[in-house]
Amino acid sequence: MALEKSDVEKIAHLARLHIDATEAQEVASRISSILDLIDQMQSVETRNVAPLAHPFDAVQRLRPDIVTEKNEREYLQKIAPAVQDGLYLVPKVIE
Amino acid sequence: MSRRTVAELSRSLARGEFSSTELTRDYLSRIKQFNGVYNAYITVTEELALAQAAAADQRRARGEHGPLTGIPIAHKDIFCMQDVRTTCASKMLSNFISPYNATVVERLNAAGTVTLGKTNMDEFAMGSSNETSFFGPVRNPWDPERVPGGSSGGSAAAVAADLCAIATGTDTGGSIRQPAAFCGITGFKPSYGRISRWGMIAFASSLDQAGPISKSAEDAALMMNAIAGPDSKDSTCVEVAAPDYMATLNDSLQGLRIGVPRQHLAEGLGAEVESALQAALKVFESLGATIKEVDLPNSHLSVSAYYVIAPAEASANLSRFDGVRYGYRCADPVNLEDMYKRSRSEGFGSEVKRRIMIGTYALSAGFYDAYYIKAQQIRRLIKQDFDNAFKEVDVIIGPTTPHTAFKLGEKNSDPVTMYLEDIYTIAVNLAGLPGMSIPAGLHTHLNKRLPIGIQLVGKDFDEARLLNVAHQYQQHTDWHLQRPEV
Repeated sequence: MALEKSDVEKIAHLARLHIDATEAQEVASRISSILDLIDQMQSVETRNVAPLAHPFDAVQRLRPDIVTEKNEREYLQKIAPAVQDGLYLVPKVIE
Repeated sequence: MSRRTVAELSRSLARGEFSSTELTRDYLSRIKQFNGVYNAYITVTEELALAQAAAADQRRARGEHGPLTGIPIAHKDIFCMQDVRTTCASKMLSNFISPYNATVVERLNAAGTVTLGKTNMDEFAMGSSNETSFFGPVRNPWDPERVPGGSSGGSAAAVAADLCAIATGTDTGGSIRQPAAFCGITGFKPSYGRISRWGMIAFASSLDQAGPISKSAEDAALMMNAIAGPDSKDSTCVEVAAPDYMATLNDSLQGLRIGVPRQHLAEGLGAEVESALQAALKVFESLGATIKEVDLPNSHLSVSAYYVIAPAEASANLSRFDGVRYGYRCADPVNLEDMYKRSRSEGFGSEVKRRIMIGTYALSAGFYDAYYIKAQQIRRLIKQDFDNAFKEVDVIIGPTTPHTAFKLGEKNSDPVTMYLEDIYTIAVNLAGLPGMSIPAGLHTHLNKRLPIGIQLVGKDFDEARLLNVAHQYQQHTDWHLQRPEV
């Protein structure tokens, strides 16, 4: 399946990636060749096959809903790009 | 002293032939001497190593030691280590100091291992040659013109060049087994869920699994004993207690039923790999095993299904890198969207971005059924192929890779060519089974000896059997003892 430049721009936006107009064509052709590889799957009939999401068909295990960790906000925020008063700083979102 | 296996080093430490501090200094000086050539380490933790070695020597003096106490180890830079830089070989995390330890690291620390540093890898473990690292490629100790394989290329090169005694790795589609094959060492991927993924930076969560990269199956068993088993911090880690993997290493192979996948002997397999495999099968026969061909009829679809499932899971996992809480943030963002987009575009390399986009596309409205559901259906067919084969045999043995290590730059211009490198290993991850690669030959090419690996695949959670089979092979051959001339 061949992707157009416009498809790549749309996918990049969904993935919050910036793709330069100059590289979009090359990215489109690379991804198209990978989709050709992927499309080999279509050669097999799978109508009655249940999808396998987990190798052993296991389901998520739950733990009791109780607090087990102590609050380490300051320690964990030491590695943040920008914080103030215990809050993460980002560019202004609301005027 | 640094050329020995963990089992040998452990005996020497116990006899007091040398201390862990002396051993650690020896490895650190080798790293200083050779890391410039191989680029196996991203970070060397010299101070930490010497402190851990001193603590290990004290533990030993008090008689509180285990088999791994004082053994110098390296961790793939995908495992979080508290207060140590953990980069995943990405610009995105090039300054990330982890606030906590991965469970694997925590357990090996508790066992008394000495951490020499963090090893190089493909960025976010996405690659089969270690060429996608932000910190530059790793070189194969057998021939520095060639790749060590990937994604755990730094761990494999470090073990092969004796820049550590043993290392950790992770395997999503072959990332422990393929570099082990290319570097002439032993690489072990346990069943999905056998080892906690807590603190292991996620690539594809239904496929990722940690495991040892070592000089022998016995060494792999020693590490497995320390890291395998339930962990309340990872709900996908199975709650079944792990057995003592050392206890069954010496079991006889008399009556062992080995299956060889017919599809893996077909077109595409290099003659040198096939002849090494046939020679290995003869060794197993001489040890009392019977050999028969088995069918894995859907194995040719594993790469296709994998390149939907792994990128889909990766696109979700890597959405956490947004420049807000940790990791790289672009300079002077004009608004929030600009910050997300430029932080991610500048922080990720091209292969990572490509996989995020494939995953995003496969999961997007209108394509989900055709790609993601279809891939999961193929995944079930592949799992059923193994289930059927294991009705007739105990272990499956085939090639790990189609050929020996290729040259740097030879395959990295075309992603599809690179993806097909993992043709024999990927199905094992899709089925969640334990798999390992052990050295089974050397191919001489233009005056260079290049290692050949064979792959052993076991039933669900039958790791002990695989380690037993590999150990018996290594008791009767010496391919695993061969070392490159560093």
